[in-house]
Amino acid sequence: MKILALETATDACSAALWLDGEVEETLRLAPREHAALLLPMVQSLLAGAGLTLGRLDALAFGRGPGSFTGLRIAAGMAQGLAFGAGLPVVPVSTLAALAQGTAREQGVDRVLAALDARMQEVYWGAYRLQGAHVVAAAQEIVCPPTAVPPPPGAGEWAGAGSGWLAWGEALRAATGASRVFADQRPQARDVASLAATGLAAGEAVAPEQVRPVYLRDQVAIKPGAGA
Amino acid sequence: MKVLGIETSCDETGVAVYDTARGLLADALHSQIALHADYGGVVPELASRDHVRKLLPLVRRVLDEAGVERQALDGIAYTAGPGLVGALLVGASLGRSLACALDVPAIGVHHMEGHLLAPMLETPAPCLPFVALLVSGGHTLLVAVHAIGDYRILGDTLDDAAGEAFDKTAKLLGLDYPGGPAVARLAESGDPARFRFPRPMTDRPGLDFSFSGLKTFTLTTAREAGDDPQTRADIARAFQDAVVDTLYIKCRRALQQTGLRTLVVAGGVGANRALRARLAELERAQGASVFYPRPEFCTDNGAMIAYAGALRLRAGQGEGLAVEVRPRWSLEALSVVA
Ligand SMILES: Nc1ncnc2c1ncn2[C@@H]1O[C@H](COP(=O)(O)OP(=O)(O)OP(=O)(O)O)[C@@H](O)[C@H]1O
Ligand SMILES: [Mg+2]
Repeated sequence: MKILALETATDACSAALWLDGEVEETLRLAPREHAALLLPMVQSLLAGAGLTLGRLDALAFGRGPGSFTGLRIAAGMAQGLAFGAGLPVVPVSTLAALAQGTAREQGVDRVLAALDARMQEVYWGAYRLQGAHVVAAAQEIVCPPTAVPPPPGAGEWAGAGSGWLAWGEALRAATGASRVFADQRPQARDVASLAATGLAAGEAVAPEQVRPVYLRDQVAIKPGAGA
Repeated sequence: MKVLGIETSCDETGVAVYDTARGLLADALHSQIALHADYGGVVPELASRDHVRKLLPLVRRVLDEAGVERQALDGIAYTAGPGLVGALLVGASLGRSLACALDVPAIGVHHMEGHLLAPMLETPAPCLPFVALLVSGGHTLLVAVHAIGDYRILGDTLDDAAGEAFDKTAKLLGLDYPGGPAVARLAESGDPARFRFPRPMTDRPGLDFSFSGLKTFTLTTAREAGDDPQTRADIARAFQDAVVDTLYIKCRRALQQTGLRTLVVAGGVGANRALRARLAELERAQGASVFYPRPEFCTDNGAMIAYAGALRLRAGQGEGLAVEVRPRWSLEALSVVA
């Protein structure tokens, strides 16, 4: 299976090529440069592998939650590339990719993934390793760091992501997590490996069905709606 | 050369296919007016989210209607600015990556160049050189156009744009957003002799505009004269007459100053019927010719972007793989198409 994955939900902009289990990835920490960086990354990955888009089985992208603009860049690029090449798209949770990368790099099997959501909130999800991949152990939410739910089950849970950098104390107090990997970032290589499983499980959609998952849906207040 | 045009700079998702050999093949528009109506103006984040939902289905529909397979496209044009950064990025990301997948060139188009060239989609089309009056929600410009891309700004607004003035006046009169068409409708039953509003900046030389004072004038007049339906219609009439007269005076002056004899009008306010009737006097009195886009191409649309992009792509211009948008971008900074 051959999958091209894009992840731009945080300051890290990355693209990865999954070739039957082998992964090639390019990653840059570059706030606000994702739109400029992503397609050149894609092109050099494809060229390096001697592939064209048409030879792939699917596109994958980190569908959020995360930076609204970042999500739309990955979604738009995935749509354009997939529609042009006649491919399906596998949306992958950015929090799941964060947990997957943490499990892969830190050797942990229970991850509380948190991304700083600004406005005194975090994007929050809990994941458990099953075989080679993490699966969601609770629903993703956006909430104040003091309001995150306790870990969904016994065992030792590790924290991961920028949410722990911004709100470490509150999150430790709420969850009892002892090991914390606040520098972990969602990466395209983990989007790709989760997408490989997702594609096999029938989770691919047509490009026009692609939607970012913002979690925060209250983004404007109607005048006269009261406080 | 068949070019797909994508417009997402503000609150309309527009898509079209233009063929340099056969003309416009298809175009479609999704307006977000209803989405933003309750907020009294465009909410940028909601606009971006809606573009994501609507853009690709619209692309598919337009290709179907044009009878063009995506593989038969020779290039892709998208609005790269000016406009709302988040909204622009939706069209630019999808447009640029689609071109990459199809292995065809892409071009980021200046939204106001799109408006300015929209009359050239009509028959008869205006011939260069000409003076363009761009009157939209965000702009009021008089531009000398000597070649595609050779734009010299002769006059600009110092404060509100003409369309913005219509929208604000509409609000003061209790009309819905966007207010231009509503004010125009109300003005039809207004008495032109009851109030007279000033014609800002017409009593001194120069081609700049200022419309923010009219808003104050509307407010004080409404306060003094009451707000019965007839008075509101009379105010709408006085306001519209003042804007139309001001635009007429400056257009006449621009033609005189440049020695040009063709006027091209574009942008949402260009759909205003009173304005069109008044500018027709330039044809009678000055022997000038005045050109407009069809009414639906006065406001934002994909056709004007496909057209402007096609001219540039045909001349060999194009973008690299880095997607860049320019929320602020001067018309005078564009390159000339030889
Ligand atoms: N018949 C009309 N009479 C007067 N004004 C009108 C009429 N129809 C539309 N308008 C005005 O035109 C404006 C919309 O035009 P348009 O869509 O060209 O502007 P925009 O795209 O919002 O702005 P810009 O292109 O400058 O970014 C609104 O302000 C609207 O009130
Ligand atoms: Mg416009």
